[in-house]
Amino acid sequence: MQARAYAAPPTLDDALALLAEHGADARVLAGGTDLIIQVRENRRDVGVMVDVKAIRELTEFTFLADGSLRIGAATPCARIYGDSQVARRFPAIIDSASLIGGVQIQSRASLGGNLCNSSPAADSIPTLIALGAIAEIRSKRQEREVLVEAFCTGPGQNVLAADELLVALRIPAPAAHSGAAFQRFIPRNEMDISVTNAAANVTLSADGQTFTAARIAIGAVAPTPLLVPAAGAALVGQPVGEAAIEAAAAASRAAARPITDMRGSADQRRHLAGVLTARVLRTAIERARAS
Amino acid sequence: MTAPEKPAYRVIGTRPVRPDGIDKVTGRAVYGADVRLPGMLRGIVLRSPHAHANIRGIDASRALALPGVKAVITGADLVPPGKTLADVPDLASNLMATTKVYYRGQAVAAVAATSEEIARQAARLIEVDYEVLPAVLDVREAMLPAAPILHAGLRTRGGDPNTQTNIIAHHVMAVGDAEAAMAGADIVTVEGEFKTSMVHQGYIEPHASTATWNPDGQITIWTSTQGSFPARQNTSAVLGHPISKIKVIPTEIGGGFGGKIAIYLEPVAALLARKSGKPVKVQMDRADVFEATGPTPGTSIRAKLGATKDGRIVAAIADMAYETGGYPIATPANYATMVAFSCYDIENLKMDGWDVVVNKPRTQDYRAPSSPAAAFAIEQLVDELSEKLGIDPLALRLKNSAREGTRGPMGMPYRRIGHEECVQAALDSDHYRSPLEGANKGRGVASGFWFNVGLRSSVSVTVQPDGTVSLIEGSTDIGGTRASLAMQLAETIGVAYEDVKPTVVDTDSVGYNDVTAGSRVTFGTGMAVVEAGKNLIKEMSGRLAGAWSVPPEEITFNAGTFSAGDKSMTFKQAAEATVGRGPGLTVSGSVNAGFLQGGGFAHHIVDVEVDPETGKVQVLRYTTVQDAGTAVHPAYVEGQMQGGAAQGIGWALNEEYYYDDNGRMANSTYLDYRIPTTLDVPMIDTIIVEVPNPLHPYGVRGVGEPGIVPPLAAIANAVYRATGVRQHQLPMSPRRILETTDAMKA
Amino acid sequence: MTDKLHIQTTINGEEVEFLAAPGQSLLAALRDDLGLTGSKEGCNNGNCGACNVILDGALVNACCVLAPEVNGKQLVTIEGVADGANLHPLQQAFLEHAALQCGICTPGFIVAAKALLEAEPNADEDRIRHWLAGNLCRCTGYDKIVRAVLDGADRMRAATAAS
Repeated sequence: MQARAYAAPPTLDDALALLAEHGADARVLAGGTDLIIQVRENRRDVGVMVDVKAIRELTEFTFLADGSLRIGAATPCARIYGDSQVARRFPAIIDSASLIGGVQIQSRASLGGNLCNSSPAADSIPTLIALGAIAEIRSKRQEREVLVEAFCTGPGQNVLAADELLVALRIPAPAAHSGAAFQRFIPRNEMDISVTNAAANVTLSADGQTFTAARIAIGAVAPTPLLVPAAGAALVGQPVGEAAIEAAAAASRAAARPITDMRGSADQRRHLAGVLTARVLRTAIERARAS
Repeated sequence: MTAPEKPAYRVIGTRPVRPDGIDKVTGRAVYGADVRLPGMLRGIVLRSPHAHANIRGIDASRALALPGVKAVITGADLVPPGKTLADVPDLASNLMATTKVYYRGQAVAAVAATSEEIARQAARLIEVDYEVLPAVLDVREAMLPAAPILHAGLRTRGGDPNTQTNIIAHHVMAVGDAEAAMAGADIVTVEGEFKTSMVHQGYIEPHASTATWNPDGQITIWTSTQGSFPARQNTSAVLGHPISKIKVIPTEIGGGFGGKIAIYLEPVAALLARKSGKPVKVQMDRADVFEATGPTPGTSIRAKLGATKDGRIVAAIADMAYETGGYPIATPANYATMVAFSCYDIENLKMDGWDVVVNKPRTQDYRAPSSPAAAFAIEQLVDELSEKLGIDPLALRLKNSAREGTRGPMGMPYRRIGHEECVQAALDSDHYRSPLEGANKGRGVASGFWFNVGLRSSVSVTVQPDGTVSLIEGSTDIGGTRASLAMQLAETIGVAYEDVKPTVVDTDSVGYNDVTAGSRVTFGTGMAVVEAGKNLIKEMSGRLAGAWSVPPEEITFNAGTFSAGDKSMTFKQAAEATVGRGPGLTVSGSVNAGFLQGGGFAHHIVDVEVDPETGKVQVLRYTTVQDAGTAVHPAYVEGQMQGGAAQGIGWALNEEYYYDDNGRMANSTYLDYRIPTTLDVPMIDTIIVEVPNPLHPYGVRGVGEPGIVPPLAAIANAVYRATGVRQHQLPMSPRRILETTDAMKA
Repeated sequence: MTDKLHIQTTINGEEVEFLAAPGQSLLAALRDDLGLTGSKEGCNNGNCGACNVILDGALVNACCVLAPEVNGKQLVTIEGVADGANLHPLQQAFLEHAALQCGICTPGFIVAAKALLEAEPNADEDRIRHWLAGNLCRCTGYDKIVRAVLDGADRMRAATAAS
C-alpha cells in the first residue's frame, strides 16, 4: 500500500496543522476500516496518513449539561454501545453502532469515520439524521457546524474541505415521550452492507396516542442517506397506528430513488424502504411509550 | 434393508486428536503463503480487465526499468521450442494468456521484484494492447448459433466439422424409451426448468506457490495443492521440463473442495525463479481467487418425471447445459448425465448433457461436481410429484430408491449401497417426526449422490526400533486424513493410534498419489495403508520365523499378537525384537482403487422460515443423514457432513457470481460473495448410517462429497412449503424470493 | 521510496522493534517482517477474521490496522495464546471437538474466542455466534467450532475457579 508518511498527532491543533499543511494529500485515519482497504486497492492515493486516535477529544464521548450527547469523531463503536447511559437514552445509536461490521470492525470503526466515508449505505447516518445530529467541524481557519442531513453530498463525498476535520457529533437530548430506532436489511445475518436501511425518531403526545414530531431517514436508496420530510409530515398530528405508519412508509418508498446492483434491485430497495420505515416506526413508538 | 452387522474394531470408530492438530491451533503449521526462503522475491500476476479480448501486444519495458524488478514473464515464455504463441496448449494458456483472453482475471503477465509493493507497481506499468471482443456469459445464450465464438477451432465432439460453436460436447444417455413411457395412460408427470449460478468453492486460503530453479535445472516448488503429484505432472507439461527435475513439496492446505486440483501459480513462480535466479513466492489475493481460479459451472436444466398413480417413477427426461468457463472441458455435463437420477431405480431414462464455453473462469470441480445443480432440479420435481400423488416425500423416495443390483450411474449394477437406509433413518429421525408449527415456515427434504473415487495411492511404513511406526504418505491432508489413515494402519497392525506417526511428504519421497479429491483419501489411500500394514505383518512374521525357528506359515497374527505354538509376541515386542536388534524395516502399499467406485448417499431435512416482507430465508433446523460405509473417525465424518450442508446452504441462499454488463464480476470479495457466517447456519445434526462398502477392507465409503448435494433442493422444497412458490433459480436470495412471491406488488 | 518508521511494541509479552512503511498493514509486518505467520491472510479486506489479533485488549483484523499504529501498544497473536508448553483451554477444546478441518481459519477463531471469553466468561451460544460472525470458516459449518468455544468457556471458568 502506498502512503508516504504516517503521523499520529497528540493534539487537535497538531492534527489541524498537518491538514492545513498537506491539504488534499493528507487523509484522516480513524478506525481505518474503510480507508486502509481503499488505499490498498489503489482507489485512493494518500501522501500523509493522519492518525487521530491519539487525540483525546476525538476519542471520548460526554453528556453535556443540556442532556445532549457529544461523541468524539474517532470513538470506536464498541466503546459507545458498551455504555449503559447511551443505551438507555439513545438506543437508536446502539442499533447502528452494533451493526457496523463484526466485532473486529466495531473495535476500530467510529461513527465519525462512518459519516466521513459518506457511503450511501452507511449504517450510522440515517440514525444521526433522524436524531437531528450536528457535525462539529474544525480547521485552522475556522470552526463550523453542519447538520448531518446536509453533510453528505454524494457517494463518498461530503462538505469537508481538504483542511477540515470532523471533531465530534452532537446529538440533541431526546424530547420527552420520544423514541428512536434503526434497522437495516441484509441478506446474511452479519457482515453485509445494507441493501436498505432506515431510522425513525418520533415524539408522541403525553398520552402516547398522537405523533407530535417525527423524523424519518432512509439509506442505500439514493446517492446519499436521505431525510424524508414527507414521511415525518405524514405522521405529525395523526393518531399512532398502522394507518399513519403505512402513510409514512409510502412516503419513504416515494422518496427512494435507488439503483440496481449486486446488493439488491431498485424495486427491492424501494419496497424495503417502506418495510423498514414501518418496522423502525413500530420500535420507535414502543420506545417512546416506554420513555 | 437392515444394515449388515459391523465387525468390532479397536481403533476404527474412535475419535482421537489429529496428529497435525497442535501445529494448527498454535499457528505453527506452514500453509502456502507461509513459506519463506532466503533472498526470496515476491511475484505479482497482471490480469485481464476484459472478459474477451485479443492480445495484440505486451510491452513490459517500463516495468523492467523499475528498480527492484528482477523478472517479467508473459505467455511468450510458455512457447514450446520451435513453436509459436498459438501452439501453447490450453493447460498453459489458462495460466498465462498468449494470443487471447477468455475471461476477466486471466493472467497475462507476471513480475518478480524485491518486494510485493514494487512488484505491484511494476505490474501496473506493463502495457497490454487489447482488442476487446463481445462476450457471452449465459450458457443457453452461448449455445445459440449467433453467439460470440470463443475458440475459432472448437467443434462439438462428434459434430459437424465445419461449424464453429461454443458447444464442446453433447452427451446422450438413454435407457428404455422415456418418451413413450411418459406418454402412457395414467402417468402423472411433473416438469420444470431450473437455473443455477456459477459459484466458488470459497476456501479461505488463497493460492500460493514458491519456487526455486537451480542452474542444473532442478525445480523445487512449495505449494498449497490437493495433489502434489498431479501438480508436478502438469507443471512438467506446461514447462516442457522432465518430472525427474521437479520436486513438489505440499504445504498445509487451507481448503480446496476441488478448487486446488488445477495449477495456477506453480509454473509462474518457477519461470520467474529461473529468470531472476532467485526463489520467488507468488500468492493470490481474494479477488484473484474469485476471478482467476476455477469456480463451478452455472447450469440450465430442463427435466420431466413420469410416475404411475401409486408412485412408481417410470420415466425421466433431462436436458442439462453446464458452462465450463473460457476453456473447453467435456466433463461437467457428462457427470450430470451420470448422477442426475442415481438415487432412483427408473426404467426409462433420457438425458442430454451439454458442455459449453462462456467468458467466465475455466471451471473446476467443486465437491460432488455437477451433482448439486442436477439435484436442485430433480429433487424438486420428486417433491412436486409426491405432492401431486399425495404420497409422503420420503415414502416416495423409498419406493423408488436405487439399491443393490439397480442399474448404477456407469451402467453397471450397484453393489451394496445405502440410499434406502439413509431415507429410512430420516423418516425415523426426531427432526422428521417433530411437527413444524407457525406461519411462513416450511420443511423440505432431498436426497443426494456422489461417487466414491478410488484412483492411485502409495504409502510406505517404517518400523522404528521402539515399535512405533512411521506412515509416509503423499495425500495432502485437508480435513483430518492423517488421522483416518493412521487409524486404519493401527487397526491393521494391532498397535495404538498414538504409535502411528503419519507424515505427508514431497513427490520425491513416496510413490505416486492422485489428488486429495473425490472423497478418496480415507477410502483409496486407506486401501494402500491396509495393504502396507498387511505387508508389514508378513515381513515381520518372516523375521520372527527365523528367530523362533518355525516355518513362516505357522505364525499367525491376530488382534495385534504374533503367535506360533506356545510363542507369542505383541506387535511392539516383535518390532523391538526384530527391528530394534536387526536391520531396519520399511514396506509399502500401492493401489489403483479404480475410478468411479461404489456410491455415497445422503439425505437432508431442513426447516426454514421466510420473512414475507423481505424475502429473507432463515434456516431454523437442519439434519443430515449420510452413509459412511464405516465411519473411521466419526467426528471428521460429521465434520464433512456439516461442512457440505453449510456450503449447500450458502449456494442455495446467497452465493452467486454477479456479473455486470461488461462481464465483470461485481462481487469478488467476501463482503459481497456471501458465504454463510456463524449466524446463518444453526447447529447441524448428523445421523451417520453405516452400510459397509464391499470394495474396502473395512467397509469405508468416501464421505466428503454427498453432503453438498441435497441442500439446494431441500431448502427449495422447504421454501415452497413456507411460501407456496416453487423456486426455479439459485440463489434464493431475498431479492429472488421477493420477485417470485409477488410480495412487492402488495 | 518512503521513509520507514521505527516501531516499538510488545508482542506476546516480548518487546519488539521493527521498521514499518507508513502504509504497511500490521498483517504484512507480522507475516513478512516478524515471521509471525500464524495470523493468516484470507481476504486482506476485513471480511474473514483469519488475521485476528488482540490490540490493547481489543479484537482487530490485522489487515485493517497500519503497522505504525501499534507503536507503544500491546499485541497478542495466535503464537502467544498457549502458555509455553501448555495449550490454552480453547486450543485443547478445538482439538478434542475436531473443530478444525483445513485449519486456516483456526488461529483467527481461537484469538477471537479468547478475546470474548476473557471479557465475558459466561457467553452463551447466541453471544458466541454473534461474536464470531466476523470469522469465516468454509469447512466445518461452524457446529463443532461453536461447541468447542462453549467447552473452552467451561474449561476457562473451571481453571479460574481452581486458581
